[in-house]
Amino acid sequence: MDQVLVVSFILSVMTASTPLLLAATGELVTEKAGVLNLGVEGMMLVGAIVGFAAMVHTGSATLGVLCAMLAGMAMALIFGILTLTFLANQVATGLALTIFGTGLSALVGSGYVGTAVPPLPKLDIPGLSGLPFLGPILFGQDALVYLSIAAVFAVAWFLRRSHRGLILRAIGDSHDAAHAIGYPVILIRYLATLFGGAMAGLAGAYMSLAYSTSWAENMTAGRGWIALALVVFATWRPGWLLVGAYLFGGIMYLSLYVQGLGIALPSQLVSALPYVATILVLVLISRDRTKIRLNAPACLGRPFHAAG
Amino acid sequence: MLRLEPRGAYSRWWTYASPVLAMALTVVTSAIIFSILGKDPLESLYVFLVAPLVSSSGLPELFVKAAPLILIGVGLSLGFRANVWNIGAEGQYTLGAVFAGGLALAYPDAPALLLIPAMIVLGCVGGMVWAAIPAYLRTHWNANEILTSLMLTYVAQLLLIYLVTGPWRDPEGYGFPQTALFSMNATAPILVDGTRVHLGVLVALLAGILGWVVLTRSVIGFQLRVLGQAPRAARFAGFSQNRLIWLSLLTGGGLAGVAGMFEVAGPVGQLTPQISPGYGFTAIIVAFLGRLHPIGVIFGGLILALSYLGGETAQIDLGMPNAVTGIFQGVLLFFLLACDVLILYRLRLPRRAAGGA
Repeated sequence: MDQVLVVSFILSVMTASTPLLLAATGELVTEKAGVLNLGVEGMMLVGAIVGFAAMVHTGSATLGVLCAMLAGMAMALIFGILTLTFLANQVATGLALTIFGTGLSALVGSGYVGTAVPPLPKLDIPGLSGLPFLGPILFGQDALVYLSIAAVFAVAWFLRRSHRGLILRAIGDSHDAAHAIGYPVILIRYLATLFGGAMAGLAGAYMSLAYSTSWAENMTAGRGWIALALVVFATWRPGWLLVGAYLFGGIMYLSLYVQGLGIALPSQLVSALPYVATILVLVLISRDRTKIRLNAPACLGRPFHAAG
Repeated sequence: MLRLEPRGAYSRWWTYASPVLAMALTVVTSAIIFSILGKDPLESLYVFLVAPLVSSSGLPELFVKAAPLILIGVGLSLGFRANVWNIGAEGQYTLGAVFAGGLALAYPDAPALLLIPAMIVLGCVGGMVWAAIPAYLRTHWNANEILTSLMLTYVAQLLLIYLVTGPWRDPEGYGFPQTALFSMNATAPILVDGTRVHLGVLVALLAGILGWVVLTRSVIGFQLRVLGQAPRAARFAGFSQNRLIWLSLLTGGGLAGVAGMFEVAGPVGQLTPQISPGYGFTAIIVAFLGRLHPIGVIFGGLILALSYLGGETAQIDLGMPNAVTGIFQGVLLFFLLACDVLILYRLRLPRRAAGGA
């Protein structure tokens, strides 16, 4: 009898985890190249509204998702030009990107409040999606859920097993050495930053097109920042990102679920749970300084300017 | 493509010219954004940047809006100099408002001469308490203060909502999520008759001057500057990094708390979920625009205050969403950060390859 409940619980957790996983996977690649982009929240919000608007006007979910990714990349490009070409402080630029993205999304979105779109279509594979228990979980969600998991494995393979991944990591760990060997440090950092933007845009689209199917100002509610914390939690290892994102998806779902139960707890207390959990998790991971130092890209956040 | 060529030395001239250039570029970009939105760019610029100042209450209102920005910005500028990234000032501001507001609601009839100073102290303590958490987590557990201070901002906002919808809600407020209005004794005294210029404006200006003295004339200020510019030298000199982290966060938090106190005791007059239009985040821009210098922060605060007033007039006169303010602020910080490259580098046109075919 509980099987239906368990399946619905797992499905909800997957839905809550997917935007975190998408955004964090993108940021992990960006950071592995040595670029710290704190503008994830802003890129997600712009992705969310642009994807939503494209969906409303074209009726095509595919176009909506693509436009969201392009919007995220456009935001990441602004970040890249400022920090990689103009050597601006990455922390400050990331904050500016979030402030700008919050304002821009609110401005564009003011015409879309109250509009609803149909949710992203669920994969419906005849025969498989109908399987008991596993069917709805493995084959019954929208494509982005599976894409987010596939992206983690693809990124893990890319970083650990591919030649280009090795170059990217080399640039993140020692841009001077990588430059001396002749690798295009700035170009690869641009590409890694754009990838992070595309994934953040995708995460935003998931929020507005699948998670809630409507637009609201500031609808990401700090998920971009939680995604940044997840990268630290995972100590820059993609596999652990999956664990972290699902842990946090679980916490977010639980905080909604508990409020639905009508327990005599103030709802704000429960809503604060994901933010408090983020702090706790950061503390647990960060206290091991050696582990952080071994895994963090050595040039994270440091500007690079080729002499001569 | 343009090339960047290191100057070899730090350009003092560009330190001050860069914000001016950035503001000019922001104004041009805003005009473009206004015309994309289908508004007459010149008229929009007038409404956004000039109209708020020429109205009768313009200048006093500018100072009222600038007060919290200056208070928070001065605190942040000290921390940013030492590379301590407290970006949770919004939460510290909220806690300051909550602590001070709690006192105002508990003792509405206490004499103002006692109540107002007590509220200032409690507001400061509230902000410090909230800033002490990231300071402790950073110094004891190595947790990144950017993320922890930001997460605490969300928690602070939820705490405020809980209080004003729950235990502190005004029983005669028709169920609105807000506390009772503060008593006259708990209201920040007005300094200039006929305006809303309150004690907090004076405190903000004093904080700027005091911050300048601390930064340029004290050992602590010297240590903060060294830690930011040459962390290795600071270590060799034996400056305690942990002490400076605590100091930066507590100063930033305390001043943000005082800003929150004056905002609820002044212009707002009660606790509601909307006690801040994002002052804590805007103050980050104020700090950078003010060159992380407390006196500069005063000017930066006045300029960013104009963006809030302009956003309001644009909303009323042109029917533009309030979000224009956020875009203006974001663009300003973008240009500022980009222009700052000129402090250390020269822009050079690429030289043609000599000889060649």
